[in-house]
Amino acid sequence: MNFDDTPQEAAFRETARKWVEANAPKEFLAELSKSSLGRIRLANHDIVDVGKAWQKKKAEGNWACLHWPKEYGGRGATPIERVIWQQEEGVYGKLTQPFQIGEGMCGPTVMAFGSEDAKRRHLPKLAAGEEIWCQLFSEPSAGSDVAGLRTRAEKKGDNWVVNGQKIWTSGAHYSDYGLLIARTDPNVPKHKGLTMFFLDMKSPGVEVRPIKQANGMQEFNEVYFTDVVIPDSQRLGAVGEGWSVSLTTLMNERMSIGSRLATGVPEMFEFCSNLMMEDGLAIDDPAVRSKLASWAVKSSGLKYTSYRAISALSKGERPGPENSIGKLVSGMMLQDIATYAMDLQGAAGVLTGSDEETVQGQFQQMLLSSPSMRIAGGTDEILRNIIAERVLGLPGDIRVDKDVPYNKIPTKGR
Amino acid sequence: MNFDFSDDQKQLRDQARKFLTEKCPPKAVRMVLDGKAPYDKELWKSLAEMGFLGVAIPEDFGGAGAGHLELCVIAEEMGRANAPVPFSSTVYLAAEALLIAGSDAQKKKWLPAIASGEAIGTLALFEGKGNPSPKNVKLTAANGVLNGVKKPVPDGAIADFAVVAARTGSSGRDGDISLFIVDLKDGGVEVKSLTNLDPTRGQAEITFRDCKAEPLGAAGEGWSILTQVLDRAAVLCAFEQVGGSDRALEMGRDYALDRIAFGRQIGSFQAVKHMLADMYVSATLARSNSYYGAWALSTNASELPEAAAAARISATQAFQHCAKNNIQVHGGMGFTWEFDCHMYYRRANAMALGLGSLSYWEDQLIDRMRKKNAA
Repeated sequence: MNFDDTPQEAAFRETARKWVEANAPKEFLAELSKSSLGRIRLANHDIVDVGKAWQKKKAEGNWACLHWPKEYGGRGATPIERVIWQQEEGVYGKLTQPFQIGEGMCGPTVMAFGSEDAKRRHLPKLAAGEEIWCQLFSEPSAGSDVAGLRTRAEKKGDNWVVNGQKIWTSGAHYSDYGLLIARTDPNVPKHKGLTMFFLDMKSPGVEVRPIKQANGMQEFNEVYFTDVVIPDSQRLGAVGEGWSVSLTTLMNERMSIGSRLATGVPEMFEFCSNLMMEDGLAIDDPAVRSKLASWAVKSSGLKYTSYRAISALSKGERPGPENSIGKLVSGMMLQDIATYAMDLQGAAGVLTGSDEETVQGQFQQMLLSSPSMRIAGGTDEILRNIIAERVLGLPGDIRVDKDVPYNKIPTKGR
Repeated sequence: MNFDFSDDQKQLRDQARKFLTEKCPPKAVRMVLDGKAPYDKELWKSLAEMGFLGVAIPEDFGGAGAGHLELCVIAEEMGRANAPVPFSSTVYLAAEALLIAGSDAQKKKWLPAIASGEAIGTLALFEGKGNPSPKNVKLTAANGVLNGVKKPVPDGAIADFAVVAARTGSSGRDGDISLFIVDLKDGGVEVKSLTNLDPTRGQAEITFRDCKAEPLGAAGEGWSILTQVLDRAAVLCAFEQVGGSDRALEMGRDYALDRIAFGRQIGSFQAVKHMLADMYVSATLARSNSYYGAWALSTNASELPEAAAAARISATQAFQHCAKNNIQVHGGMGFTWEFDCHMYYRRANAMALGLGSLSYWEDQLIDRMRKKNAA
């Protein structure tokens, strides 16, 4: 048991470190190093512009999407090399936020199901940050039950015509392409009538509208489709096979190991170490200590769980299912920590101004944003189902709509 | 990075699991639970023959000389089997104290006897209510004799020797405490068995009256040695707790697959599935924290104090959580004496207190994290 690199890993790390040192946009180091929970913002620059420049530079140096094959813009790196790169890229990795859905989900799906032409045309551009991709899965009436989606795609000659609405599409407003799942046959049970496509987001009939969120920000969008034409050559997988294609996409999302999820623990530790209460520092209060310790061991538990997965990768093995707990644990923890940090501030905890006294309002912001952490990318409940079914081997839910043709499934509760 | 046990260590785990499945079925645990024996003597003898008791004891002192990672994998299996033997008191507490502070003669006298299963050892630290603290040590040592009462002493009624924490000064500092070894067969002690939450691991009260004792380690170094012993035992106990958590989770999962209610397996209800998923989360966090503890223990890393406290807290929470919810998944049957759920419930809650309570270790963790942050 050790934390040392193998000689090859150490050599790779050295190469990566040197390259980052020589090429990273150091002018943003201070801003990026500040702890940030949620979306990153730069004071005087658009994160997408700065991100694109960094991504392009990485592509030129063969560091973009480095686990992809060389012919598609990658480096052909091993999974462990990808983890080492992420560690060495460090805070500059935050600049890749606009590309994460493309790199983590859309790209791998195109790689698995796209034509050779589509792969060569799009993947290198995706890797280089020249094309930003978004994922068009969720709908107003199809969240956790995404297979219940309604957006229709109808075959007209060599084309498909799409009508419907998607929601919670992050980055749709700056994306060039989208990965779209739509219903192509409503007469068969819901999982069997879906097909996957990709489309140009500038296509006529695509309308992107930002959603104002509960925390007051606008990071997600609604996307409306009105008679949008998609060539059949942009279909991914067979007609009616969209569900199994989407599982590939989602599996890739959950495989992203080493991506550190914010837990709020370092911020909370620092806050409690400095907060003066009536009887002294908060961190000297037994009740505070007890909570802090419980959160700290969850946070360290997640860290060492990811180390176990990294070790498996280093040995060329497939990581176990342990990593599936990450978002479930950190999402709830963020919310609990935010609530408690405000509780410690008493009545003043209600204030959201960004001054010293409210610690830049960071916990209030965390409180307002944290509900989304427990919903996006699989709700806590769906994640528990996944652990119960795939890890513990418990039976799936009884699905009353499983064998019912999609157009016979009730759409309203009352 | 290789944050995992080696193939040899995993093989040892498989071997220990197979051995304990055979030699320590629930029936064997119940012999002790029902008061028919103070501990499973046969199992103790076989554990010695397998070399498990001395796995981390150097060869020069009659052990296998393997190491602490090997001891961790065996500890996990002992916890999984709920083994009714004085393993933790003898191996994690007494043997570790000897390894840290024993003279050559003391090691020669006791360690080979531990490895061969001839001697059961324990640590006599607590004196009634309260957590580990120099202030709570009232038993005195003067002129080579001890006077005072220790309770609860784990496995005290079956132990052959005890490492005893005694007061040798009154400055109010850690240096007031010194350690001694007492051969409990030599007289000067009165041992009384105490009833406790988990009868498969006995507890006793030991009264020392002008009892002859030999110093262990330098005078005034007692508290510093004890702190190290407790940290090391915390990691080893955490592995037992991880083993117990996994077993309790498995029992719950198996029952949820077997039991039919409302015409379907109860494991198909989300209320039950989510309870089991949460148990898996706790058990996984505990395992990962314990691995880090194992690394720190086996390399004597400066991170050990923090790693040990984190492993201790995480594993205590996980075992309590899994044992408690295992009963809940079982419903009424889980509350019967006949089902094994309560054995893990008892063990989980007894282990949560053994080296000091959860709040004590939470306190320790925060102190140690602050120290690191300040450095």
